[in-house]
Amino acid sequence: MAIEHLVALSRLQFAATALYHFLFVPLTLGMTWILVIMESVYVMTGKPIYQDMTRFWGKLFGINFALGVTTGITMEFQFGTNWAYYSHYVGDIFGAPLAIEGLMAFFLESTFIGLFFFGWDRLSRKQHLLVTFLMAIGTNLSALWILIANGWMQHPVGAEFNYVTMRMEMTDFWAVLFNPDAQAKFVHTVSAGYVTGSLFVLAISSWYLLHNRDVEFAKRSFRIAAAFGLASVLSVIVLGDESGYTVGEAQQTKLAAMEAMWHTEPAPAGLNLIAIPDEAAQKNDFEVKIPWVMGLIGTRSVSKQIPGIIEIKQKNRLRIQNGILAVEALEALRKEPGNPALKTRFAQYQADLGFGLLLKKYTANVANASSAMITKATNDTVPRVAPMFWSFRLMVALGFGMLALFSLATWYSVKGCFAQRTWLLRWALYFLPAPWISCELGWFVAEYGRQPWTIYGVLPTHQSVSTLGVASLYGSLAGFLGFYTVLLVVEMFLMVKFAKQGPGSLGTGRYANEITQH
Amino acid sequence: MFDYVTLKIIWWLLVGVLLIGFAIMDGHDMGVGTLLPFVGKSDLERRVVINTVGPHWDGNQVWFITGGGAIFAAWPLVYATAFSGFYWAMLAVLWALFFRPVGFDYRSKIDNPTWRSTWDWGLFIGGAVPPLIFGVAFGNLLQGVPFHFDNDLASYYTGTFWALLNPFALLCGLVSTSMITFHGAIYLSHRTEGEIQRRALRAATIFGILLMILFALAGWWLYAGIQGYVISSPLDHGEMANPLAKTVIRQSGAWFANYARAPLTMLLPLLVFLGSTLALLLARKDRTLLAFVASSLAITGVIATAGAAMFPFIMPSSTDPSSSLTVWDSVSSSLTLSIMFWATLIFMPLIIIYTSWAYKVMAGKVTAAYIREHDHSAY
Repeated sequence: MAIEHLVALSRLQFAATALYHFLFVPLTLGMTWILVIMESVYVMTGKPIYQDMTRFWGKLFGINFALGVTTGITMEFQFGTNWAYYSHYVGDIFGAPLAIEGLMAFFLESTFIGLFFFGWDRLSRKQHLLVTFLMAIGTNLSALWILIANGWMQHPVGAEFNYVTMRMEMTDFWAVLFNPDAQAKFVHTVSAGYVTGSLFVLAISSWYLLHNRDVEFAKRSFRIAAAFGLASVLSVIVLGDESGYTVGEAQQTKLAAMEAMWHTEPAPAGLNLIAIPDEAAQKNDFEVKIPWVMGLIGTRSVSKQIPGIIEIKQKNRLRIQNGILAVEALEALRKEPGNPALKTRFAQYQADLGFGLLLKKYTANVANASSAMITKATNDTVPRVAPMFWSFRLMVALGFGMLALFSLATWYSVKGCFAQRTWLLRWALYFLPAPWISCELGWFVAEYGRQPWTIYGVLPTHQSVSTLGVASLYGSLAGFLGFYTVLLVVEMFLMVKFAKQGPGSLGTGRYANEITQH
Repeated sequence: MFDYVTLKIIWWLLVGVLLIGFAIMDGHDMGVGTLLPFVGKSDLERRVVINTVGPHWDGNQVWFITGGGAIFAAWPLVYATAFSGFYWAMLAVLWALFFRPVGFDYRSKIDNPTWRSTWDWGLFIGGAVPPLIFGVAFGNLLQGVPFHFDNDLASYYTGTFWALLNPFALLCGLVSTSMITFHGAIYLSHRTEGEIQRRALRAATIFGILLMILFALAGWWLYAGIQGYVISSPLDHGEMANPLAKTVIRQSGAWFANYARAPLTMLLPLLVFLGSTLALLLARKDRTLLAFVASSLAITGVIATAGAAMFPFIMPSSTDPSSSLTVWDSVSSSLTLSIMFWATLIFMPLIIIYTSWAYKVMAGKVTAAYIREHDHSAY
């Protein structure tokens, strides 16, 4: 069916462009603070090497930042171009944080990044540090606002459906702003960015040390990255756990899928360390369970239960049945707006309207949906378990791997002998891809785990797309893939070139590999 | 604080301000990009040209991003209908914009003529294509766009990409391109000296005169050959936003009715001629900063002229006029408009203050000596 095809392609395009954008964002988030730290040391000590560190790592940061900007514009366009019904249906709430993100964060970040690069000899040391600081604040605020927007997709609070305008409308801005889901997500995500920045500096510094060049420069960079990375990775894990808790309240479905928990267990539930989920039979063929842990993370109690997939589906089936009544009442109300009896009837079932809309995937006439359709829609309400289960586990495993790395790096930094620990330097170097893989997996767990919804419980993904032809989607998808591949090759080429060349690329005359190029 | 009707009008004005801000700020960067391959003959000259906007283009681009975000937040139906309806046009803008961040940042990092000239043409595309397409889009808005809504308010665009490229719309595209190139040339004359400045002034003369001629031509065409739209049913302006609750008819001369109703608005098209002429005269007298103010006024005139003609319409529908989007019925809820108003009121002055500071820090002519001195750090 054309519409199925359209939805699948729109999702693929969004996922591809968002995951690609997210290759650059975490590094930007982390590097801005590392630059602030390095430059603060420069301002406090006056040692030129710290200015060189700020400028050199700033150069690499700039190469990354350019693609972050490039691919970020796509995200802003794409809600309108490919998710028009979504934009109409929730723009009243979702648009606001996006616009405020521009006003409060992007302007700040983008104006001061210009002065960061070009203001060195026009600003006093303190002024320049202030510029770097404001750039970092801007960058991090942008993450705050986009995650407030995203948090609302996961846990839509402070809004209500309006049958006249046929959309969700904001009723409480502060609820949207202080959405617990958004707050936990924000700290978890920016901390993951800080880890990415730290590992980036740690790995490249290790490479210089392994090659025994620019040693002073590399050692200082290594120490800063190790300490900042350790603090950040701890924050990621603690706040990841906090996300687990809020997810438990707002989105039990995601949690159940992530944990391959088919049945509700007596509280406190055990955590499946490893399992082989069998989607068709709705059970695990094999599992290694740690008792209690899941219940503690998910509910912060020993007595509250966490619902399993099968029970969630049973509950959702009832909501879909109520949703049918909501859709019927809404259709009647649209024909006779203001009819008090219809209003009352709609109000009664309104909470389940989104569940009724799930049936639109199978029939235009929701009122006459067959029992088989209801069953299909019910099964849709839980995302596929295996991808969720394994992505989550890989992310967490890499997270703990990075915790170990940063702990040891900090330990040997304090002892002052890290430069001789070649196994540690090699570990740091080979672990370079780890934060990127974790970040992408984290995105996948959060967004794939929300399926079949764009707005959890409110608007199905299937209903959210623009009324475009499939050919247009193939064309644009091909265009994005083409552009992004070329851009990635160019970016990697420059990044590797300048990383290899090292601080010599600054042309100060103080480092190895001075060159005639720029 | 404000009633819904007032908020709707405020947001029409604010979107106008953001569009004008975008055209003035990002516009001069795009104008500079468009002129780059022509006013910069050698690599050194091109680096001078690029570095006049180097520290600022990124901040200026945010006018565009914030404009998009503001339309999303304040006019979600316009954002949804226009972005999806103009699918290929929007993608063309987007893909053209791809060349800018990488073009600016990567160009001078490798000392290779092919590499550099490739990015120079990339910067040209990133500068020339968006204004052209925005002009074409405005030309289509003035004629009406083929779309309608179903009962669930899903929008259906029934035209093709090629239909957007009709003669009147292309003329509007040229108006927009001339305007932005003119503005960029004036800016360049302010920030450069010698041969580059002379070339920039020549470009300013050409595109300034072109702007006035094409703008007059488009005005005449609009008057003589294009029907406007009128709301023909009684409409409570304070009602909740539902674009299906009115009827609209097409009418000759409708786009000029606002000018007859409020004759002061006729100053807006006059501003285009006044601003352009003044900018050209001032630039010749080496009062280039004032010339920049004057060309900014000309830009304000062009955009406000179109806005005032169409009010209260934002995006009229040619195939189902009653589906047309207006300031009354394609807006967000009163609460969202109000919150966004306050957010804009707080942040816009701050943005203007620190942007001005950034320009002040980087003020002065960009010279060949500056580039040589900053060989490793300049773009």
